[in-house]
Amino acid sequence: MKQSILQVTGLTMDFGGIRALNSLDLDVKSGEIVALIGPNGAGKTTFFNCITGIYTPTAGDIFLTPPDSSKKISLKGLKPNQVTEKGLARTFQNIRLFAKMTVLENVMIGRHCRTKAFVFGAIFRTAATRKEEKSIIETSYAILEKLGLAEFANEFADNLPYGAQRRLEIARALATEPLLLLLDEPAAGMNPQETIALDKLIKKISLDGQAILLIEHDMQLVMSLSDRIFVMDYGKKIAQGTPAEIRENPVVIKAYLGEEVDA
Amino acid sequence: MDYFIELFFSGLTRGSIYALIALGYTMVYGIIGLINFAHGEIYMIGAFTAFIVATVLSIYGFPLFSIVIIAGLAAVVWSSSYGYTIEKIAYKPLRHAPRLSPLISAIGMSIFLQNYVLLAQTSDFLPFPTLIPDWEFMEPIAHIVGTTDLAILVTTVMVMVLLTVVIKFTKIGKAMRATAQDRMMATLVGINVNNVISATFIVGSALAAIGGLLIASHIGQINFYIGFIAGIKAFTAAVLGGIGSIPGAVLGSFVLGLTESFATGYVSSDYEDVFAFSLLVLILIFKPSGLLGKATNQKV
Amino acid sequence: MVSLKELKKGLLTSLWFVFLTFPIIVIKVDPIQRTVIWRWQNALYMALGTFGIYLLVKYYQHRKENQPSRPKNTEQTESFLHGILQKPLQRKILVGVVATIAVLFPHFFSTYQTNVMTTALMYVVLGLGLNIVVGLAGLLDLGFVAFYAVGAYTYALLNLHFGLGFWTVLPIGGLIAAMFGVLLGFPVLRLRGDYLAIVTLGFGEIIRLILENWGKFSKGPSGISNISRPGFLGMEFSLEQSILYTYYLMILFVIITIFVVNRLQDSRLGRAWIALREDEIACQAMGIDKRKTKLVAFSLGAFWAGIVGVMFAAKTTFINPASFTFLESAIILSIVVLGGMGSIIGVVFGALILILMPEYLRALSEYRMLAFGGILVCMMIFRPQGLISNIRRTYRFEKKPQ
Repeated sequence: MKQSILQVTGLTMDFGGIRALNSLDLDVKSGEIVALIGPNGAGKTTFFNCITGIYTPTAGDIFLTPPDSSKKISLKGLKPNQVTEKGLARTFQNIRLFAKMTVLENVMIGRHCRTKAFVFGAIFRTAATRKEEKSIIETSYAILEKLGLAEFANEFADNLPYGAQRRLEIARALATEPLLLLLDEPAAGMNPQETIALDKLIKKISLDGQAILLIEHDMQLVMSLSDRIFVMDYGKKIAQGTPAEIRENPVVIKAYLGEEVDA
Repeated sequence: MDYFIELFFSGLTRGSIYALIALGYTMVYGIIGLINFAHGEIYMIGAFTAFIVATVLSIYGFPLFSIVIIAGLAAVVWSSSYGYTIEKIAYKPLRHAPRLSPLISAIGMSIFLQNYVLLAQTSDFLPFPTLIPDWEFMEPIAHIVGTTDLAILVTTVMVMVLLTVVIKFTKIGKAMRATAQDRMMATLVGINVNNVISATFIVGSALAAIGGLLIASHIGQINFYIGFIAGIKAFTAAVLGGIGSIPGAVLGSFVLGLTESFATGYVSSDYEDVFAFSLLVLILIFKPSGLLGKATNQKV
Repeated sequence: MVSLKELKKGLLTSLWFVFLTFPIIVIKVDPIQRTVIWRWQNALYMALGTFGIYLLVKYYQHRKENQPSRPKNTEQTESFLHGILQKPLQRKILVGVVATIAVLFPHFFSTYQTNVMTTALMYVVLGLGLNIVVGLAGLLDLGFVAFYAVGAYTYALLNLHFGLGFWTVLPIGGLIAAMFGVLLGFPVLRLRGDYLAIVTLGFGEIIRLILENWGKFSKGPSGISNISRPGFLGMEFSLEQSILYTYYLMILFVIITIFVVNRLQDSRLGRAWIALREDEIACQAMGIDKRKTKLVAFSLGAFWAGIVGVMFAAKTTFINPASFTFLESAIILSIVVLGGMGSIIGVVFGALILILMPEYLRALSEYRMLAFGGILVCMMIFRPQGLISNIRRTYRFEKKPQ
């Protein structure tokens, strides 16, 4: 039995009188690809925002367990940057790159929380800073190469083609050395070829043992990638299981198609 | 006790003026999310126009009553024209620019207008003609509340009522409220958003002009710089009440006016502006959404 | 060509502006003498002026539409400059030329002009300081002058009461200003951009009003005079020598500032600032501490303003609150915006143009503030990236042998 990396229990989020998330349980084990699916407005992105510290959940617990230890780290109440530091990195559904920075610099930003040069180091460019800077550049470039973005390294991020921007979002998140990578609709707006390439890319990243949790609407992609799938509707988890189980699950079919199905 | 009442009325008077200017800030902010930094200058130009027209008419021997009407109308017409033109020149081209661009443009516009008036007119303080005579029936209480105070209060209340009617019941008022809630949706249901924005600037500027006319005749002198301080204070009032909210702007203005009046009356008049600015800083730190404003969550 | 329809529209536009500006520019009343002066010629100038500008704008638009490759022109001159700066040899030559001019300047120009140049250099440093805050970190600070005032008053008061010298107070002034920066920064940095702008403006005004009204502490509006000029190892300077010395000192400061800002913007911290400017939420999601990063930018900017404040007090030997009005903040902001937010060379050019131009075109000096206002508006509309836009550092890689 593999160890859980992320454990979410009873996560609840209220906006005013509206319950966007209702006592949600979810877990991701090391090296797994898990998908979170559900109709529009089911609360998937809200879930991401809650576990990454952008929203503070009304109730529930979020724990992160590094694979090499058994100590659970609570993420509840942490700020987004602290969550990232602990090892949860995300991409955004509507691309949020740093438009006026180069592609390489976008990835270098991801290294921020793993490095420490500050005012003094920056001004006097000490040996330690120089070494650190060199390692930032090398690591970032290696990530770009791996994701097939090396040719764009010195371009401004907003000059990239759409598919490459999506990949850059992933590259940037990977640069933070996450224990768990969160992808928010990585295939949104992609054409079929790009989606196939993305499918390969995510599998490639996963081969290195990277745990991934993704939100996605493209069912083919979800079924091809996921080890397990969680299904949400109206802020609640309505099903979970392997792709094969989910495909046959009448509750899921009902949620998606709105039909009356005799269970 | 008389002193207290005197300060109270003086606070209400100040509050009325702030309210007339603050409404322009809050309406523009509600619709295009811009702090119209040049709004104080509109008010100053309103006061100047009223001053120039009133003085010319009095030199040519017009009766007082007609001077008040014509100078008031002139102030409203010209201020509105300035508001309309400024929006077209300095803000409209920047509607899709990054958030700070229109603000910097507004600051530029404010500096430009101040110096335009300074160069075309003078940097000296100019004596503003008395437009509101002391009425006789006010005699017994004149030491507590002056005729101009009363005139300002009455005018402000009348203007507020009129504004409420316009916003609640007219077609353009409804279009304004719709645009403030969701500009994209307003466009989709066939509202010409450009016209709504222009109308907002025109109405806001007209209110500021009335404010300018009233305060100038109250204080009795004007110069090119009055818009800056008044603008900042009215903005404070708008933020205090919750920027974007019309009742909030009025409430905030009266709170600010009374605070200033009592603080200068009982503490020290040297620090009058410090009180206002400190209040602004404190509100923004502790209650950025203001008294009647709603906190908004940023969409991710 | 401009069509007949456009001519008509241009005519209407100019008529509108004549109407708009009529009471302010045509009528001038003297309420004491009770006379009215009608300056009809101004209406004519306004009509011709606006008509001309309208045609110019239309012409420009037509050219842009008809020749899509044409507007690149401006970018070419820019990339020419960038090109020079990126080639090591040409870069060295350029730096050498600029350095020679800077060193020899006082020998070819009068003391007065050297003094003017020193002032311009002070604005270069102020601009570069504000550039950290506005240009790199994207925080619109409208009260920058407050920190400048803190620096100036720190030196003036310490000099007055304790006889402390320039070199002693220089770091103290910077640090106290930075402390004020942190003090203001802590509570306000979580505010949204435009609110932050207004709060900093309010803060700047509070500082000025306190200096003006707290007579016991600051000597009020009459200011503090007889502040010591900068010394050097206890040597006595004549006025002329002192001006020369201050000039070279300022050159040194400019070099240090450029050096530091340059290093900062290509560092881990500089990248974090720019990322923060581009997208706050994504920035936090990448593990950057928003508060800390903003606070550092804010206090570093304040530190620079404080240093220049000390310099200013020492140079003029007299300060009063009137030197630290909001307009001063606006001028420094204009420098940054005109030069190009985030661009070091841009800010240097911006400062030199904006400070020297009105000095040398006396006729213009009256219109200086009018021009500042106009520049801010025009830059935002026509060239928001400034005269010289910032270039990001590029990195070269060699293919690793597989």
